[in-house]
Amino acid sequence: MRHSTRIAVGPVQFRIGSDWRAPVAVLDRLYAGYPRDDTRPADATVRLFAARPWRRWLRPSVQIGGDFVIPDALPLPLSMGLLAAEMGMNLQVALGWRRHLLLHASAVARDGRAVIMSGESGSGKSTLAALLGEDGWRLMGDEFTLIDPAGGDALAFPRAVSLKNAAIAEVAARVDTARLGPLLAGTPKGDIRHLIPRADAIAAMHEPARPALLLFPRFGGEAAIEPMGEGEAFVRLTEASTNYVALGEPGFAALTRLVRETPAFGISYPDSTTGLALVEQLFAEAVR
Amino acid sequence: MADRVYRAAPPETLRIEALGDLTVLFDRRSMQTHLMIQPMPEILAAMADDRCNAATVAERLAARFDLGGEGDPMPLIAERLAELAAMGLVAEA
Repeated sequence: MRHSTRIAVGPVQFRIGSDWRAPVAVLDRLYAGYPRDDTRPADATVRLFAARPWRRWLRPSVQIGGDFVIPDALPLPLSMGLLAAEMGMNLQVALGWRRHLLLHASAVARDGRAVIMSGESGSGKSTLAALLGEDGWRLMGDEFTLIDPAGGDALAFPRAVSLKNAAIAEVAARVDTARLGPLLAGTPKGDIRHLIPRADAIAAMHEPARPALLLFPRFGGEAAIEPMGEGEAFVRLTEASTNYVALGEPGFAALTRLVRETPAFGISYPDSTTGLALVEQLFAEAVR
Repeated sequence: MADRVYRAAPPETLRIEALGDLTVLFDRRSMQTHLMIQPMPEILAAMADDRCNAATVAERLAARFDLGGEGDPMPLIAERLAELAAMGLVAEA
C-alpha cells in the first residue's frame, strides 16, 4: 500500500496500510510513544483502501480491509479515517486473536492487581478506565482485556482510548491537549476523540496483572453495589468474549478460574465521581 | 411415556465445574459449553457409567438426596433425561 505503519499494542503487532497519508500520519502521532519492533512479524493487518480508484480523490471514502472483514460494511469518509483504522484494528483482534481469552472489557491496575470492567457500549467502562488512568491507576485498556489461559493473569491492550461524546470534555479537562487526537465529529458512533495513555501505562504494557475485581458498571441511576455470583459472571463474560468459543477448553478453564478467584459486582453510578469512588472502595476491600 | 434407557456421555468427554448455583459443563466432543442447574448435574452423576432409566435414576437420587416425598419424581426425571439427551449429554442405550 502507498502508506503504512506498524503499531504494537500489548502483545498484538499491527501492520496498517493505507491509500492515503492522513490516517497513517495521525496513527503515527497517537502511537509515537509505543515501543516498536518492526522485525517481529505482524499478527494482524488492516488495510484502508479506496473502493474504486477515483475514490482516493473524489469524495474520498475509506473501505476497511484485513484478515477479517465485515461484509457489506459501508465505507467511511476520509475525515473519519482514524475511526476506520480503529475499527479495523478492533476487528482483527476480536476475530483473529487466539493466544489469550479476549474480553470486551476495560481494565486498570494498581500494585500488580487488575480491575476488569465489562459492559455494553454506554456503560461507562471506557470513561471510568480513562479517568482512573489519570488518577493513580495504570490504564491497561479501554476496550479489550486479555486473560492468559495458562496462568490466569490479565494482560493489557492499551490502545489509544476512544473517548466518546460527553466523556471527551470530562477527560480533556484533566489532560494535556498534546495527549488528545483530532476531534472526529458526527461519526456513526457520535463524537470521538482519542486519548494517548500516560507514558507509564504504555511502558508497562507487557506487565501482567493478577485480576482482583470483576466489575459490571452501569451508568445512570442511584449509586449501588450488587454482588454477583460466579455463575452469572461466567455467563456475562462468555457473552463479552469474542473468542471464547474459538478457544475451546482452554477458554472454558480460563473463564471458570477467573470467576472463581475474582469477586464480581454489578455497580450503578449517576456520575463519574461516584463511579470512581465505588471502584476505589471495592478494590480496597478486594485486596485487603 | 415409555421409560427410556439412557447412558451418560463417558466421563472423560466432559469437564464439569460448579459455579455457585450454576454448573457449567464443557463437552470435549462438541466443544460446546452447557449451563445447568439442579437436578441436571445430580442426574448425570447418579447415572455414572451405567444404563439407566428414570426409575433407576430416581432410586439412586433418593438414596443420596431428600426428594421431598411430594408425588412421583419419575415423570420429572424422565423429562430431564430427555433434555439431557437433546443436549447430547446422555444417549439412548
